[in-house]
Amino acid sequence: MKSLEELQKIKERALERRRMSAEGVRVRVVVAMGTCGIAAGARDTMTAILDELEKQKVTDVAVTQTGCIGLCEYEPIVQVQIGDGEMVTYGKLSAERVPALVEKHVVGGEPIAEWAIKQTA
Amino acid sequence: MIRAHVMVSGDPLSLTRGAEAIKLALEAELAFHGLEEEVHVSYIGQTGRRDVLPFVIIYPEGTLYGPLRVEDVPFLVEEHLYKGRVAETLLAPPDVLSGVIARLPRREGILYGQQRVVLRRAGIIDPKSIEDYIAYDGYFGLAKALTEMTPAQVLQTVRDSGLQGRGGAGFPTGMKWQFVANQAADTRYIVCNADESEPGTFKDRLILEGDPHAVLEGMALAGYAVGAHEGWIYIRGEYTLAKERLECAIEQAQALGMLGDNIMESGHSFHIHVHAGAGAYVCGEETALLESLEGKRGIPRIRPPYPTVSGYHGMPTVVNNVETLANVPAIIREGVAWYRAMGTEKSPGTKVYTMLGDVNITGLIEVPMGITLREVIEIYGGGMKDGKAFKCAQTGGAAGSIIAPVLLDTPMDYATMHQNGAALGSGALLVCAADKCVVDLAYVLMRFFVTESCGKCVPCRLGTLRMMECLERLRQGRALPGDLEDLERMAHQVIQTSFCGLGQGAPVSILTALRHFREEFEAHAAGTCPTGVCPMTGPVKTIAAQHDYISFMR
Repeated sequence: MKSLEELQKIKERALERRRMSAEGVRVRVVVAMGTCGIAAGARDTMTAILDELEKQKVTDVAVTQTGCIGLCEYEPIVQVQIGDGEMVTYGKLSAERVPALVEKHVVGGEPIAEWAIKQTA
Repeated sequence: MIRAHVMVSGDPLSLTRGAEAIKLALEAELAFHGLEEEVHVSYIGQTGRRDVLPFVIIYPEGTLYGPLRVEDVPFLVEEHLYKGRVAETLLAPPDVLSGVIARLPRREGILYGQQRVVLRRAGIIDPKSIEDYIAYDGYFGLAKALTEMTPAQVLQTVRDSGLQGRGGAGFPTGMKWQFVANQAADTRYIVCNADESEPGTFKDRLILEGDPHAVLEGMALAGYAVGAHEGWIYIRGEYTLAKERLECAIEQAQALGMLGDNIMESGHSFHIHVHAGAGAYVCGEETALLESLEGKRGIPRIRPPYPTVSGYHGMPTVVNNVETLANVPAIIREGVAWYRAMGTEKSPGTKVYTMLGDVNITGLIEVPMGITLREVIEIYGGGMKDGKAFKCAQTGGAAGSIIAPVLLDTPMDYATMHQNGAALGSGALLVCAADKCVVDLAYVLMRFFVTESCGKCVPCRLGTLRMMECLERLRQGRALPGDLEDLERMAHQVIQTSFCGLGQGAPVSILTALRHFREEFEAHAAGTCPTGVCPMTGPVKTIAAQHDYISFMR
């Protein structure tokens, strides 16, 4: 790393890569993997998501991890975004709920309102 | 976009006086003015202002209107929410006993939605991706400093920003850095205190796990500003995931050239190492931390000299908390004016608060300094669990102060809290409902300190034990005559004569609890527990029972 310009180029490349990877990808699924999430079962949720996607032979979904967002009461937290649409944040998404989530929202395109976290602030 | 919160008192007495009709009328009036998307209406539980029921509190101004009638609602909505003027005629009279003023000064700036500075990327980016970090402006602070600013300029920027230590003491960070820079020495060090052992505090874990590069960038900037080339992160042993993420981040940063020798051809080198602790609360105290880092037993040193003069291996050392360091890159990038626009005059910027206990939504929030406890509970905490009444809160972890309802509307920043005899500390907010017993809480806290006391000084080693035994007797209904006076006297003695912050902080909860809840302690001394929580077993009957306190030491 030699200069500010070089850093700027890396930033632009990173943003571009996100845009490009978003093109081949129809749905983005982000699983919160902080210690609180893991304690609440996020690893099982993650495995269940990957298994379910494989079982249903869904290939245009990107599954990534993130840290804890601070809403520890509602872990495991999974965020789903279809294309450029609204990002829906699900709370208490245990492994048992994953098949329904994949079927209705990821594949079917319809968010499951009862499991989503509503923001008032 | 919600821009105002209206809270209607929803306790049983208010409901008999028509609170429901008021809430419905408020919602109807808001719909009439087309404000439903901008104003959120909710019930809140008991607040201690029984003289003005039913009342309405409107935020962000924090104005208290009461007692309110249904007929007053149209005027209130039109004046305050539509026209933006305080409806003076409906204001509740100040509460003479508590001295709480019916209206807080109007705060400038944004209050809604958290203002995420330190937690901006946590929960958004993949913490194992340095590219994600850079995509969100990561390392631009360091790059700007190394290519466009001198170390003195970086230091001045941090001084001007007014950033205060977020570990609990609130010491001005820029001043600490200045002390280290001023020392004539060949070697200086930067140490990040990631011990986070204060019970109830887990804010640093979020940053370490979710955005580790922010800490690395902050440390590298500190090194540049004061003339240090080596940094240590002392992380508590239990944070295995955070330690992994940090080590991964250090490798990535070195591979990219943002850490290591001659960063960005500036001539500045900075190397960071991670050292894991082994389960001692006392190692969060900076001198005990340094002892442990040097491979010795973690017990505190005498001060002066402070670590800024003689720290790691006797060299001038900056010891900063994780959250403090995570603020630095943003300050360098965005500037002093941006930072000072948030928070209060004396405590600018944001603070990460952890909410736990009897609230509906536990977790972390990052909001500008100066927020009140009531706002935290009602807006971010989703209200008290099961609508129970608020009894007390403990701020700042186990060594923090017990806050009574009278302080619910006090802006929480270091200076104001101190003026009111409380300490903000690390920002942990343990909220207790009416069914919790203060004596039981004090006992649990003191038991923690007995285990964690390092044993170096008599006041702490013995004092915490004796206070715990006294509280245990109160809990069991076998208080001895003079126990309360002894408890208070010992608390003062331990604070005044302890060698380090552990002993100085441990009795604070007892003294603040006695100040606000003395009757509860007196009830226990007389043989009853008002909430029914304590196992009041009565007078000692057998020798075995007499020595049962030993079993609690396990």
